[in-house]
Amino acid sequence: MKYDASKILQRKKKSILEEWMKNQLADETLREDLMSNEDLREQSNELLDSLLKTINENNINNGDSADFENVTEILSGISISRARQGFTPKETGLYVLSLKDALLQTLQSEIKDNPEALYHSSMKLNKLIDNFSVTTFETFIKGREEVILRQTDEITEISTPVIRVWDGILALPIIGTLDSARTQVVMENLLQEIVTSGSGIAILDISGVPAVDSLVAQHLIKTVSATRLMGAECIISGIRPEIAQTVVHLGIDLSNIITKASLASALRYAFTLLHLEVRKVGSKDKTSI
Amino acid sequence: MDKIPILRMGRFLLVTIQVDLYDRLALNLESDLVQMVSKTGANGVLIDISALSIVDSFMGRILGNIGSMSKILDAETVVVGMQPAVAITLIELGLELKGVHTALNVEKGMELLQTKMGLIQENEEGTGDSRVE
Repeated sequence: MKYDASKILQRKKKSILEEWMKNQLADETLREDLMSNEDLREQSNELLDSLLKTINENNINNGDSADFENVTEILSGISISRARQGFTPKETGLYVLSLKDALLQTLQSEIKDNPEALYHSSMKLNKLIDNFSVTTFETFIKGREEVILRQTDEITEISTPVIRVWDGILALPIIGTLDSARTQVVMENLLQEIVTSGSGIAILDISGVPAVDSLVAQHLIKTVSATRLMGAECIISGIRPEIAQTVVHLGIDLSNIITKASLASALRYAFTLLHLEVRKVGSKDKTSI
Repeated sequence: MDKIPILRMGRFLLVTIQVDLYDRLALNLESDLVQMVSKTGANGVLIDISALSIVDSFMGRILGNIGSMSKILDAETVVVGMQPAVAITLIELGLELKGVHTALNVEKGMELLQTKMGLIQENEEGTGDSRVE
């Protein structure tokens, strides 16, 4: 007697679903906080339904077959939504693998009397489901990467504020690494703000920049030069000792750029340039600037 | 043929570029300006490029040239009102306009020139001096 694994599975669909659900619910990695059991059941049902509809004797060997397009699509959808919801890769992987358990159990109970046929069908099914879990993983990671990319964009957007600290003095605290794209945004924002506010002095605070290499220094020098071309003076502040060390070791020449250790001293210097004086009210002796 | 007017303001020359510069026009401006500096004996040249939105390496070089030539003729050059996009382009082209002073607008450029000429007397400085209490 010849066994057709796909036919058996199709016939046993209901019990497979029950088995699968039971497996999932019994699993300790079940995340009821992220997804309700009803949703999970519906999702599983949809996937199983589409899988059993497409599966037949010919394509059970070939997970890449075009017949499974629909299944792959559903799987990708599930996987991406799980990535966004915060499931771990392990949980997502186990979800697909637990389906394999259910399918194999059904096969086992159906093809009891013929070990050889059972072995062959199991192998085929194994391969197929493994193929699916690889797809799941790939899309899961893709989903995660999308999230990371979106966050990167957001960080770039919010992290370049130009602050007017005084009449005629702008400050621009840079936080995070400076790459070419970021420098472009920083430079454009700064120059635009210089034009609109008519400020003569800009302070570039780099205390939030984790490391300065020759490329970052190059970007800084560019920004300073562009500011000068506009007719404003640019001061770089917030240089940490480690950064000073690296800059000198790399042989970067910052001698024609005004650098100050802290934002406070840069501001003080800016006041001097503008002939401003800060002093305590009421005290007779002037605090030196 | 278009010509960019060069205005005389006391000891300074004022050039406002209102049209997009093409190469020929820029070269004419360069020679006219040098002639004018030598004829009037001006001490300062103020070039307003606030209306200039496109610049290439040639324009950058002409601006630099004007600065150096005026310097030889004992006149300081101030370029004012540069657009952010123009500044970024010049920097990307590697032109830093050495020897040319820059200012945000005509007013500040004039102030700068006057300071350079030492025209501001010490006792008149009160106007530009403000205090923070």
